[in-house]
Order: sequence, then structure tokens, then C-alpha cells
Amino acid sequence: MPELLLEILSEEIPARMQVQAADDLREALLAELTQLLFEAPVADDSVETHITPRRLVGVAAGLPAQIPALKTVKRGPKVGAPERAVEGFARSMGCSPDALHSRDADGGTYYFAEITTPAQATAERLAEIVQSIISAFSWPKSMRWNNGAATWVRPVHAILCVFDGKAVPGAVGFASTDGGPQLSVPMGNATVGHRFLAPAKFEVAGFADYEAGLRSAKVILRRESRRHEIETRADALAAAAGLKVRRDPGLLAEVTGLVEWPVPLMGTIDPEYLQLPPEVLVTAMRSHQKYFATEGPEGKLADRFIVVAGTDARDGGDAIIAGNERVLRARLADAKFFWDQDRKVPLSARAPALKGIVFHARLGSLDEKTDRTQALAVALCRWIPAANRDRVRSAARLAKADLTTGMVGEFPELQGVMGGYYARADGEADEVAVAIAEHHAPKGPGDRCPSAPVSVAVALADKIDTLVQFWTVGERPTGSKDPFALRRAALGAIRLVLENGVRLPLLKAFAAAGANDEIARSLLDFFADRLKVHLRERGVRHDLVAAGFFLSAEDDLVRLLARVEALAAFLDSDDGADLLLAYRRAANIVRIEEKKDGVRYRETWDASIPAEAAESQLASALDEARRELQPCLDDERFGDAMRVLASLRRPLDQFFDGVIVNAEANELRVNRLRLLSQVTATLELVAGFSEIEG
Amino acid sequence: MNADGAQAVTDTPAPSFQELILTLQHFWAANGCVLMQPYDSEMGAATFHPATLLRALNPEPWSAAFVQPCRRPTDGRYGENPNRLQHYYQFQVILKPSPPEIQELYLASLAKLGIDFGLHDIRFVEDDWESPTLGAWGLGWEVWCDGMEVSQFTYFQQVGGIDCAPVSGEITYGLERLAMFVQGRDNVYDLDWNGAGVSYGDVYLRNEREFSAYNFEQADVDVLRRHFADAEAACTHLLSRGLVLPAYDQCIKASHAFNLLDARRVISVTERAANIGRVRSLAKSCCEAWIGDSAA
Repeated sequence: MPELLLEILSEEIPARMQVQAADDLREALLAELTQLLFEAPVADDSVETHITPRRLVGVAAGLPAQIPALKTVKRGPKVGAPERAVEGFARSMGCSPDALHSRDADGGTYYFAEITTPAQATAERLAEIVQSIISAFSWPKSMRWNNGAATWVRPVHAILCVFDGKAVPGAVGFASTDGGPQLSVPMGNATVGHRFLAPAKFEVAGFADYEAGLRSAKVILRRESRRHEIETRADALAAAAGLKVRRDPGLLAEVTGLVEWPVPLMGTIDPEYLQLPPEVLVTAMRSHQKYFATEGPEGKLADRFIVVAGTDARDGGDAIIAGNERVLRARLADAKFFWDQDRKVPLSARAPALKGIVFHARLGSLDEKTDRTQALAVALCRWIPAANRDRVRSAARLAKADLTTGMVGEFPELQGVMGGYYARADGEADEVAVAIAEHHAPKGPGDRCPSAPVSVAVALADKIDTLVQFWTVGERPTGSKDPFALRRAALGAIRLVLENGVRLPLLKAFAAAGANDEIARSLLDFFADRLKVHLRERGVRHDLVAAGFFLSAEDDLVRLLARVEALAAFLDSDDGADLLLAYRRAANIVRIEEKKDGVRYRETWDASIPAEAAESQLASALDEARRELQPCLDDERFGDAMRVLASLRRPLDQFFDGVIVNAEANELRVNRLRLLSQVTATLELVAGFSEIEG
Repeated sequence: MNADGAQAVTDTPAPSFQELILTLQHFWAANGCVLMQPYDSEMGAATFHPATLLRALNPEPWSAAFVQPCRRPTDGRYGENPNRLQHYYQFQVILKPSPPEIQELYLASLAKLGIDFGLHDIRFVEDDWESPTLGAWGLGWEVWCDGMEVSQFTYFQQVGGIDCAPVSGEITYGLERLAMFVQGRDNVYDLDWNGAGVSYGDVYLRNEREFSAYNFEQADVDVLRRHFADAEAACTHLLSRGLVLPAYDQCIKASHAFNLLDARRVISVTERAANIGRVRSLAKSCCEAWIGDSAA
């Protein structure tokens, strides 16, 4: 079956846009071909797309050479309708009124037109398909060039379009949105290889041919192959020096999009700069130069880096390595200048300059934020007893002061980390320096979570202040929009609390940060949502988390998690599973009868009313359970609490087996409903069983 | 390696700083550019030169090349940093409409400087350009030679808030960086200026020291604020008389006064945004007046 190959050759496409563009082209090709071929034979896996820095490529296999003829029948006006209506219908169908025929349908007689689209060679329609895909294609940022009308991500140089081994004739116009003049790029069956290593044109007859041709013209078409090539060759270079490449998936993805012919090379960091903090070295290499760092066996930063060049050099890369080493030296000389300059002014003297830095237009300066965070961090020490308050005070005061340093001006991502180094240079206590360095942590689910008490207090205060402040001015994340990374801040606070076992009543903490009741409640809901997402990733069911939050006073995440874990274990046991069924049965009966009667049965079961044996036994078991439950809950022995609930299983089963709740005598019925209502209420002392799904 | 330890990237002796400029001038003159001289006013980037900024707005074809000294007061390092200068040179090429072979032309100019693509790694790395003060933006790349950014490559999309049609291609060579790459030097002050014993440091080291002190310590804040306000008023007045080029001259002066105030660290965040907005509005008015827009 014939195959379609399309290549759009352009100037260098930004690396960050490449993956999405390949996906978009695949979608577009599938949609257009499906429409062209009457939704028939385009299988999802018959279309694949590829992207390199200079080419966006699509290939569709197994297409028919011919598009079959299609007959369509369309109903027009009723017979006897005004002549003009009939003529109009015929015109719209592209035939004369004589060509219409009439027949009965839906209880009337109507005109019908029958139109036959003749069979066509697929090739004849492809130029139109390509045009349509290109016109509708959406880049995150596109541009005009030359005469000002074309739009694509970068100027387009050639379009290769081959179907069934032959060039598809035609040209693609790059229109402007305002209908201005078009720039036209002819289609053909030729492409070019690597910009420097094999720039000559060559013709291709199909995809296999094309991919092999590119390979010998020093272009690796497949992104995965380029990535693999970079990884394996970089690993081999590092291994030869007894080192490992430090994993950096984001950088790897970017570099894969910068080269058509990846050639990893290894360079050396000038020893003069190895005294700089490792974070500075890594950031300078990564963010400006896109180099990979390497590390020794124990994870210590090594003095080698990997640069991924885009070409094979005659000298094996010596000049390229020398050039890159020189650039890195210059970068590090700059960093060293900042490192030396910055340490001349202590952080404590820098703090006042925070007055001039805006935290957020509606939330004042960073100086004000620092004041609030400091007060809050000290207040939080009540629940973090191991934290030294003076150190918390100092760390919170200095946490943002490095924003006025040259190094953080150059590398904003090192905010906090540099503060830690500078604090140490100023002779601040180690705990203070560490707390400054990690006050942004944890920055995500995989980031290391601080555990030193002073760090925990400062990191928590920084996040809670940010959340309360943004909540107060009505800046909350919506949908995919979270410009101030508030979800990340909440997750960070949750991890700090849970991983350090901080018994922090969140509502009180929010209040200490200045939140009113409404804000505090709303933030607690936000935390509950974030906690569900966080725990789901660790395999905890979200409904169990909801069951833990069922108790309206619960704002202690450590207690909540203990409860949820005990509940999960309980529900996995036979007792738990059975008791859940009994709970639902009881809750259903009570709900239905309450609705029927228009009253709520919340009074206690009346022992003076005659009762069946199973009923009395359940009532006394319930009393017994409640007595035992309270100390378990008070001591947060949730496993024991679950075991107490398990003691209700047998009496409950016997009750449902032997007692008819809806007794004829209303007095008996009401008393039994009260008993069941007490059963559900007792279970709900431990967790919100009503929230449990499945 | 030559005697003083530098390793040039070319087989033949590396071009001196001035030869580099001469080679670029010859190359671009041969490719149809009007060779111009620097604009005689302090500016932060060659894009401010009227031959670039204003000419990019007209529908007529226009190709020009020129050296432009640039001043970035905050980048001063008292001559102590081997890579940062508060005064440096750009070689600017503007080609309108951007020719289809513009990348090839650019690469040919690098080859003329002796850069061998069989030995060096040239890459085009996304770098979109935006100048909030000029209300201008474009898409393009920075060009890396063995990891060193030696040029900026931009397709102008808008200038002064006005769509550019046709589109100009702007190539800006950072001359010091390019020379450091070609001559294989680590320190800008060690660059060979004339091939006859004069170094970049001989010509400019004292300049960097004194101007760093001026920019950071001595520039009179009150006077600069007055300059800014005066230039703004003059620009507006001149525009009302239809004198676009003199008005734009004042816009450039206001921008430089702002940059000096920035180096003196007396501009708060809100004031900063406001001042940039004021310069942008001057630039926008000049651009509109230049192409005879009725809004001017």
C-alpha cells in the first residue's frame, strides 16, 4: 500500500516546542487523512511523526492509491414547493432541477438529489491536505519573515512531499491572518542533510529511504535515538574517567532538541573554580551552557563536564572542548567575582534593602513578607518544640536577604541556597545557615524535605504566610493556572508536617498567619485536596483521606494520616469489610425511614421499651464499645479503635439476621431506628465511613 | 599555542580586533549593505540606531551594516572582570526583507573570519528578543560557537508597537566575544587590537575603570533625573513640530539617563516600570511619526 512522507524543513525550531509539534502533526495528519478517505482505512498506528531541530516529519503508511467514488443522496423540498425553492436546492447540489427525482418519505413526497463524487487518485488531493495542515498548525509562538505574510515557528526552506514513491506536485502557501500576500514554498522529493557535515541535496522515494539517507547525511531523525545516543556516549565518556553523569532529564530533553547529530564531549572545570559552591558550578554549567555535571562514586561533584556538540570535528573535538572550557572559565570567573563581592557585605546588612523589592503588587515588599514570616515562624515553634527560637528568628530574618546579592541576580534559582553559604561566611550558626538554604524546600514531590527543627519552622512559615496572603487577596489557583505555585507551596507544607511528624493544628497556624475563619477553612479544604493528590501518589485511596477529614475538627495532618492508615488496614480485614457493609445497611435504613417520616432519629435507644434479644445485645455491645473507644481516640491508638469497632461485627450481623427493623408497632420501629442511628454515629466517631467508596 | 599562551581557532594568524571589523564591513558591503558609522549618542544596543529601529518600519527594502559602541552602565566591573564591560562594540547588520539565505550569509561571514566549521560547533539556540523600552520584539536565536554566544539573530516582528512588514532580519555580532573566540583569549583586555602590539586593554582598560566609578558612584542622580525629564519634554515638543529624528534622539538620551540611574541603584521597582513605560511611549510616538501614522 502506498505511503505518504512529509518533511517541513525550516530554520532551527526551539527545543522546548518540538515534542508538542510532533504530537500535533500526528493528530493533524490522522484527522485530515481520515476525512479524505471517508473515515475508512487510516489506522491509528499507521501515522508516525518525528522532529529534529530543523525538520518536522510525518509519515502515513498503508494509504489507498485511489479514493473510491462516493454516492450521496440528499433530500430537498416537498414536491409542490415554490419553484424557487426547488431551483435553489438543485443549484446548491450542483445539478439542474431536471436531474432531481421524487419519492415518498416520512409521509410526504420529496425531491431528492443524487450526487456522485468520482473516484480520485489520492496523490491529487495531498497538496490540499498539506496546505490545510500547515495553515491550521498552531505553534506556541510563530513568526513572519521576508515579505511579511508567512507564519510558522521559523522560516520554512523546503517541503518534501512524496506519495507512493513520487513527488507530490504543488506548493504550500504561508498565509497571513490578515489575508496579505502569500509566501509560497514548492513541494518536492528532495531534502538536505546536516547543516555542516552533509549539506548537499538528495532525493528520496519513501520513508525508509529518507531515514537511511538522513543517517548517512549525519542526521538522526528519531528523537529517542538521539537521546539514547547522548546518554550512552556521555555515560561511556564519564565511565572512562571513573565518573558518572549526573542525571538531568530536563536538560537531556532540551539538548536532544538542539542537535541533529549529537556528539558528547568531555571537558574539565578549571581547578581554580572548584572552590565555588557546587550548586553554583552546576547552575552555571546547566542554565547558561547546557552542560551535564559529573560526579564521583560517592555522589560528589567531579571536575569534568559533558557538552553535547552538534557536529563531528576533524580533530576529534579538541578545539570544541577547548572552546567550551574557555567559555565555562569566563562564566565561572563571573560567578567567582560575585562570590567574592557578595561576601563583603553580611546578610544582616542586606536585609533592609528588601524594602525596595516587591513581593507582589498587592502584598507589599519582601521586607514586609520577612517580618510576617519571622513572627509566624516563632509562633509555629510552639508546635515544633525542638526548634531554638532565636535561631528560627535569625534564619527567618535572613532567608530572603541574598536576593540583593550579585550571585542571585545572576542565578535566581539559587535564592536561599546562596543565603546559606553567605550566612555561614558571616559566622551565623550552622542551623541558621541550613534553614536559610532550605527554606524553599521541598520544591516538589521528589525534592528532599528538610528535617532540622529550625529549618522546618522557617520553611513552614514561609509557605503558610505565602498561602494565607494570596488567599486573602483572592489569588487562588484555578484549573491549570497557578502562577504563584501555590499548589507546590501547600504540598511543601504538607510534606514538612507529615515527614517530620509535626503536630500542627493547621487552623491555628493559619490564624497565626492572619487568616480569618473563612480563609482558614478554605485553605484547609485546599490542603485536603493537595493531601489527597499527594497520598494517592503513595497509593493511599483518596476516599479514605476524605473519611479522615470527615471529622470537622480535624486539622492535624499527622493524626489524620494515622487514622487513615489504620482505617485502610481495617478495611482490608474481613471484620472491616463486613462492618462497612453493616454500616451502609444501617445508614441506608435510617436515611430512608427518616425521609419517609420527615424526622430524624437521633435520640438514644430506650431500654424500657421491649426488645428482642439480638437488639438488647447490640445495644449493650454499643455501650461497651463507646466506653472503650474514647480512650483509644484520646490516645490516638487508631488501630485499637478499629479493633473495638470490630467487636460490633457479630452483634450487628445477628441484629440484621434476627430483628425486623420496620416492626408493625411504631414504638418498636422507632426504637430500632434509634439504635441503628447510634451504630452509625459510633462508627463515625472513628472515621467518616460514609465517604468510603467501592 | 603562540608565545603568550593563547590558542587561536584559525590556522592562519587570527584576525586582530580591527581586522575583524574590516572583514565584516567588506563582507556585508559586498552583500549589498549600506555601510554606516556609529550613531553619535550613548545607547544600550545597536538596535537603538535609527538605521535599524526606524528603518525597520518602512515598506522599502533596506540593508545596512555598522559598528555601534554600546553602553550598559550596570555591567561595569572596574576593569577587573575579564568578560564584562560597561562599554563594548556591536557589529550590526540589518537586512530588509530578510532574505531566505540569511543564515547561510551569516555563516559565510563567520567563515570569512577564519572559523572552520570542520573544527567548531555552531548552534542556533532559541532566544527571543524583546525590548520593553522600544515596544519591540522579534524571534530568533543566539548563535553559539563552541558554547560561546557570539551573535544575536532576530526577525523583527514589531517595533514601537507597529507590525514590521516586510520583516527585517537583524544580525548583531558581539565583537569582543567574537574576537575572544577567534583569537582564543580568556580575557577581553588581552585581545589583539591591531596586530601590531596594541591590546584591547591598552585602548580601553582605563576607560572601564573610570566609567565604572562614574556610573556606580559619581553620576549625579539629581542631574540625571533632570536630564531624563528634559529629554522627555524635548522629545514630545519636537514631535509636535514634526521633527522625528531630533525627537528620537531625545528618546535615546532619556533611555541612557534611565540606565545610569539604574546603575546608581536609585530606582525602585515601581518607578522602574513607570520609567520604562515613559521611554516606550516616546519610542512609540517617534515610530508612529516616522511612518506618518495619524496617531502621531
